[in-house]
Amino acid sequence: MTTTATPPPPASVAAPATGPEPADGPVRIRSPWAGYTTTARYIILFALVCVFLLPVYVLLITAFKDLAQVSPSRMWEWPDSLSLDTYRAVWPKLQDGLRNSLAMAIPAALISSFLGAANGFVLSKWRFPGADIVFPLILFGMFIPYQAILIPMRQTISDLHLLGGLNGLILAHVIYGLPITTLIFRSYFTGISDELIDAAQVDGAGMIRTFLFVALPIAVPAFAVSVIWQFTSAWNDFLFGLVLTNPDHWPVTVALNNVAGGQVVPYHEAMAAALLASIPTLLVYILMGRFFMRGLMAGALKG
Amino acid sequence: MTAEQENPMIADQEKLMALDTPAGEPSGIELVNVTKRFRGGVVAVKDVSLSVQPGEFVALVGPSGCGKSTVLRMIAGLEEVSAGRVRIGDRDVTAELPQHRDVAMVFQSYALYPRMSVRRNLGFGLRMRRTEKGERNRRVAEVADVLGLEHLLDRRPGALSGGQRQRVAMGRAIVREPRVFLMDEPLSNLDAKLRVSMRAQLSLLHKRLGVTTVYVTHDQIEAMTLGQRVAVLRDGTLQQFDTPQRLFRYPVNLFVAAFIGSPSMNFVQARVADGAVSFSGTKIPLPAGSPLAGADRSVILGMRPTAFATGSANGWPTLRVVPEVVEELGDERYVIFDVDAPRVDTEETRAAVDAQAADDALLLPEDRARFTVRLPTDPPIDVGETVSLALNPNRLYFFDPDSGAALGPTPEQDSSAR
Repeated sequence: MTTTATPPPPASVAAPATGPEPADGPVRIRSPWAGYTTTARYIILFALVCVFLLPVYVLLITAFKDLAQVSPSRMWEWPDSLSLDTYRAVWPKLQDGLRNSLAMAIPAALISSFLGAANGFVLSKWRFPGADIVFPLILFGMFIPYQAILIPMRQTISDLHLLGGLNGLILAHVIYGLPITTLIFRSYFTGISDELIDAAQVDGAGMIRTFLFVALPIAVPAFAVSVIWQFTSAWNDFLFGLVLTNPDHWPVTVALNNVAGGQVVPYHEAMAAALLASIPTLLVYILMGRFFMRGLMAGALKG
Repeated sequence: MTAEQENPMIADQEKLMALDTPAGEPSGIELVNVTKRFRGGVVAVKDVSLSVQPGEFVALVGPSGCGKSTVLRMIAGLEEVSAGRVRIGDRDVTAELPQHRDVAMVFQSYALYPRMSVRRNLGFGLRMRRTEKGERNRRVAEVADVLGLEHLLDRRPGALSGGQRQRVAMGRAIVREPRVFLMDEPLSNLDAKLRVSMRAQLSLLHKRLGVTTVYVTHDQIEAMTLGQRVAVLRDGTLQQFDTPQRLFRYPVNLFVAAFIGSPSMNFVQARVADGAVSFSGTKIPLPAGSPLAGADRSVILGMRPTAFATGSANGWPTLRVVPEVVEELGDERYVIFDVDAPRVDTEETRAAVDAQAADDALLLPEDRARFTVRLPTDPPIDVGETVSLALNPNRLYFFDPDSGAALGPTPEQDSSAR
């Protein structure tokens, strides 16, 4: 029993405390200007949204126009007809590129996320001597510009007999993605209670089983972030795809570039192709974005 | 609080009796001159030697940062020892991985695996040890039954209340039937009422299973009520390791004396001369057989809050005091007053007091000793009105003002006085 009890107040002080009258219904605390500021805020936000969405608007309407209608001076005008002919025209040119990009970006994103998770786990929860030196070295990889390593990388991939096909490109993206995925997972695992890892060890799990059975299932939100990031960057990459693959294995970005090539730029086709090429990344965001929000750690620790 | 949470941990005594006890004899634990030095040079545990008997329930207690959790983690193998040996049973496990030590641990945060159902949480340790599936299911079902978790087996930890999570954490340890239970403040996240009932349940569980248990807590009441023996640590050194009764009666130094007991022991600077100890004008004859009988020296005198009585009963020496605060607790009251003698403010008493309530720092600077005594509710006592209190001369504690070491009483002295 702690000594927090207080003696009863003397009778003379014990006047009944009467608070303010209870109000009817809930009362909101707000400044008298709240109505105006809220309106102003929404107007400003809406204006900014319009500015940011203008390029998307132009892309969408241009893709529906035909060649005769396309010109920079009439770019704001609404198309005469909403025809899908342009899409039909560019589809064959993009088909192979889309397939190549999917076959490259999906494994690249999954493998580099998985390896990044392993790295992040070891660097934050299964520390080894020298971890504080290894981590900055890995991070350093993020700051090396692509162009600087392009030629040695092509040579290395060639020496590995992977040049031309998709495997060499996947390898390049996996390795180039490791710094950022390691960073994502290390940060995520750092926020997780050490006791969880201790509990797994005492329960009899070694490093690999602790990682696979305990750490990895918790890291689903980080995995989503990492996969979105890696998929997008692999998908959007142009330089590696151009340099490391032969025309049969060109990713969609190279195909996209070729659509826009030639003497006259067919803007409507370029826009339609760009839209088609961006659909997979949009889908990845829509499908996996919800994991960002989920509190998957709920219930691990005290309530 | 849900109705569920108020359920006792062990729903049914008979089920408890039917629970498998771990195969074989329980194992003792032995720490031999164990030291832990962290990278960066902080020494968390200094040369601790501790021997836990097979089947014993030992509580490690001390203020935060005293190294008690580190000791536990070294037994579990989650921390390496910097020097010394750790033995479990007849095996030296100093260099063994935690997964090979056959210990189960209950963590303060429970550390349930969030993405697994309660069933899989309970069975995880068995699965990792490749227990055959039928056997695993049987043991999980049995433990779930004893702990009243059957209807929660398919839920995730996120969908459980605090008390239920605590039970799952406990179940995860029990189901393994380990040689040793290690518990790191397992009750500190529960509310006060549940904590008290869980404490009793833990005692019951230990009696039934007979597994050697090491229990870490910063709460001396928890340590005293649960531990068959209690080890008091301070700044990484073992102060005293003894039964609760003996810790209370024969503290080896000022720190243990101040730490054990609630409210804390009252201390005052006093002088021993001519077979009596005196402070603030009160002279108390030394108890018979006191080793200080012939001494002439200054001491720190300690008195438990329960060593006082109202009036001048039994011919005990009396103390005239002016109560400053009277705290009514229903069937007893705490009376707080100043004594006209210098306050004892050593590092040891401060460390002990801080441990009990971090907010217990004095609101007003004090240079006089302040006593808290526990008295019956009658006769009435009024703030500001002088009362005389009788002090039991057989319940005095003496400490060396410089070293803090106890000068008495000793068990020998008590037995000769009897």
